Amino acid sequence: MISKEIPEFSIESLNGKKFTNLDIENEEVIILNFFASWCPPCRIEHPQLLKLSNNTPVFGIAKKNEKKDLLPWLAELGSPYEIIGMDHNGLQSINWGVYGLPETFIIKEGLVKYRHVGPILKRDLEIFKNLTNN
Amino acid sequence: MILLLFFLNIILVEANAIEPNEILENKELEVQARIIGKELRCLVCQNEDIQNSNADIAKDLRKIVRLKLTEGQSKEEIIEFIHSKYGDFVLLSPPLRFNTAGLWLLPISFFIFLTFYFFRKR
Repeated sequence: MISKEIPEFSIESLNGKKFTNLDIENEEVIILNFFASWCPPCRIEHPQLLKLSNNTPVFGIAKKNEKKDLLPWLAELGSPYEIIGMDHNGLQSINWGVYGLPETFIIKEGLVKYRHVGPILKRDLEIFKNLTNN
Repeated sequence: MILLLFFLNIILVEANAIEPNEILENKELEVQARIIGKELRCLVCQNEDIQNSNADIAKDLRKIVRLKLTEGQSKEEIIEFIHSKYGDFVLLSPPLRFNTAGLWLLPISFFIFLTFYFFRKR
């Protein structure tokens, strides 16, 4: 997937609008995070995502997450996400070649430049800052 | 005798993780789905195919195989789609290419070498 073009996609977002590849493929650099409120390591990495979102736009795709479970989780922990796509059936995760949650991609001008498997820990912030040029 | 049949039943019948609501109505397509399923690796398991694994990703891959079959895609198209998303590792039978030649040739070369070594004239 590295230095490969992002896949085409079109999914419903948390606020009802469509979230598609057109929303991210022309951005200089963005972070795309696959997560869910039922995923404990996603909770662990959340503070790091909030930090990163100060300098880089962060987009999320919530896998197999009901709105009624996701909204309180975001209210409690805060939301770093510009848009949250809802992957109700897991097929969007397969579209991106995701093995499990959480997984995070750094995307530059529509190309996948880095893929982080597992939670973003404090010590991983260095790599992210370097790759997002921040 | 009954004990023997009992044990044979356990050994020979492959337990799979397919849930009732996954099974396609079209029996021919379901058979195709299982054939394809046997060739795809459960990526988070130890050497299991997606038919036999309870893992979430195996379930989703089974789902997408069945979905694409009902859309009329061929076995080759479906496997190639999943291969394009997950790489060589998702194929239980690695393709024979230049960079996988070692995988295929080493075991047989080793076997031939050993045979000659043990049967050489003293």
